[in-house]
Amino acid sequence: MAIHPAVFPRELEDEAIYIIREVAAQFEKPVLLFSGGKDSITLVRLAQKAFYPGKIPFPLLHVDTGHNFEETIQFRDELVAELGLELIVRYVQDSIDQKKVVEETGKYASRNVLQTVTLLDAIEEFGFDACIGGARRDEEKARAKERIFSVRNDFGQWDAKKQRPELFDMLNGRISLGENVRVFPISNWTELDVWNYIKEEQLAIPSIYYAHERETFERDGQILPYSSFITVSEDELVSTRTVRFRTVGDMTCTAAVESKAVAIEDIIGEILSATVSERGARIDDKRSEAAMEKRKQSGYF
Amino acid sequence: MDVLKIATAGSVDDGKSTLIGRLLFETNSITTDKLEAIMASSKKKGLDYVDLSLLTDGLIAEREQGITIDVAHIYFSTPKRKFIIADTPGHFEYTRNMVTGASNANVSMILVDARNGVVEQTFRHFYISCLLRIPNVVVCVNKMDLVGYAETTFEEIKAEFLAFAEKVRFPGQEISFIPVSSLYGENLVKTSEHMPWYTAAPLLTLLENVPLEQHLSEEAGRFPVQYVVRPKSEEFHDYRAYAGKVASGLLRKGERIMVLPSGQETTIARIEKFGREIEAAQAKESISLLLQDDVDISRGDMIVPISQLPQQGRQLDATICWMDKKPLRVGGTYLLQHGVNTAKAKVSALSNLVDVVTLGTDTEVAELKLNEIADVQLRTAKELFYDSFAENKANGAFIVIDEQTNSTVGVGLIK
Repeated sequence: MAIHPAVFPRELEDEAIYIIREVAAQFEKPVLLFSGGKDSITLVRLAQKAFYPGKIPFPLLHVDTGHNFEETIQFRDELVAELGLELIVRYVQDSIDQKKVVEETGKYASRNVLQTVTLLDAIEEFGFDACIGGARRDEEKARAKERIFSVRNDFGQWDAKKQRPELFDMLNGRISLGENVRVFPISNWTELDVWNYIKEEQLAIPSIYYAHERETFERDGQILPYSSFITVSEDELVSTRTVRFRTVGDMTCTAAVESKAVAIEDIIGEILSATVSERGARIDDKRSEAAMEKRKQSGYF
Repeated sequence: MDVLKIATAGSVDDGKSTLIGRLLFETNSITTDKLEAIMASSKKKGLDYVDLSLLTDGLIAEREQGITIDVAHIYFSTPKRKFIIADTPGHFEYTRNMVTGASNANVSMILVDARNGVVEQTFRHFYISCLLRIPNVVVCVNKMDLVGYAETTFEEIKAEFLAFAEKVRFPGQEISFIPVSSLYGENLVKTSEHMPWYTAAPLLTLLENVPLEQHLSEEAGRFPVQYVVRPKSEEFHDYRAYAGKVASGLLRKGERIMVLPSGQETTIARIEKFGREIEAAQAKESISLLLQDDVDISRGDMIVPISQLPQQGRQLDATICWMDKKPLRVGGTYLLQHGVNTAKAKVSALSNLVDVVTLGTDTEVAELKLNEIADVQLRTAKELFYDSFAENKANGAFIVIDEQTNSTVGVGLIK
């Protein structure tokens, strides 16, 4: 079947705004988890629309692994300043210094798993009862099972077998003290929907989503960004390539794709003809078939 | 671009996963890495074919047991439409998950194995499709390759299905039948050469042309207030808007409305979407309403055109599907959530427990167990403003919450 570009289905925006308004109405201390990636940028836009001309009635929380792309952090700070948002940043480095977590070692060392502890600590520190996130069901098969209001126990854990039924559009956010709810307003969006939305809304995104020259090396058939955070062995040759990123994760676990995309239209064109899924470029998911479900059980997003 | 929501149910054996896998494959919706991952997993499990169910069974427990336990959502699109499939389990033990997955569906897709014909699960799935008033049902008679693509087999199954369906279907519900072979892709995207006797459209074409619920805008206007927007900024000092999603019908600028429960009347002064003014808003649109007069309105209130008032009262008669291990008992007190409004409710009577396969009913009902469906009478602590589910889905349903556990324990459809 022919590959086709699509128009953004506006129904998805109405649904997401409805969900975000429910969060503001049902919870006392919500927070929006912000990574600087395209999905959380989309969430910020939706939240803006939900409460306009009022301000977004909750802060953003960024769990900084210390291994972020510089461009993402810069983008984050600019967006927050421009929209007058409140930003809270908590650092994985602090959790390491406090000996709550131990830095992974070796070739595949990453801080991706460690950030769960920093996130759970931040939830406890501020008493957040709802965390809005940009996860989508099309990303990964354990995420395809997730509810829109996903209740986590007081250890932040997800119990897949005990999920609340979610009927029609009625969202039940009632929880006991210590529990929290993870909320996913763009559950029903696909990667392409997000890109079409960014295009139609003319949203700014970090430069690493566009083609740029970068020092990279190949590992397990993937192109990885070279940085001081990653251990490169002698036989892995570092060279300059023209690449872009499909997701914004840690520099240690986000693979790049070779690209010539200089505009959103080019990105959409490349996604339509891609043979690898978005999370196929996330080394953290490659650890095992159940990697995502297991991380979610321990409190990951 | 519009969105079509499809609910499917079934077990591994009827080829449902293969059918969904095929649709994804033929619409370019599976990427090579996902396909390679399930090929590797199939091999690891010792299978000599690619098990496409591994694509949708996302939980460890599901893959272990080879069954679908919880609803999975699957996405694909064609130039005409975006499709969302809620893939739900078919076993009795998971009826509640089937109801959950089907609650938002425009289309119910039922799979029948051509060799086995109509089975208990087929009845259950169809009954629930009728209970939730899903306007379109597509029955895929699958594995036609294993019965020699015989028209007689197809017609026999169709007749048997219709004999049951006539007893429970509602007026206006469309039922279509398609003979398919998901393994060989017959009648899915292209018309099958093996079944020249079937002259209607293949499955994907049919799904692309299912009419969407246009009647939503013809229903009575219902606007539940979700959130009051009051910026109190210098620029918007006196701004006050009522934010929410239009549940049904149409709201127009200049229209006379009533606020419930207060009964105050006023006029819609302005309808906004992110500051932009629009003349009218229809069902499913998230908007902000500004009113002519200062009236007292808070979350949970409902704004309706004065010419289209809903029913009101503290007593509800409904069909209820129970979703909790702890049974529903007469005299029990629960929290009822109707749209974005909540009220305490007490169960005053239970009757007519349905056997969804034989359609027999039990009039004497002491309690309602997990996955059971019966009629219930409830008394609420405050007045509710509702419609019957048959007339207005969005304003005719509620969920039941257990205040001890905070869980959603049931769903009710108002009579």
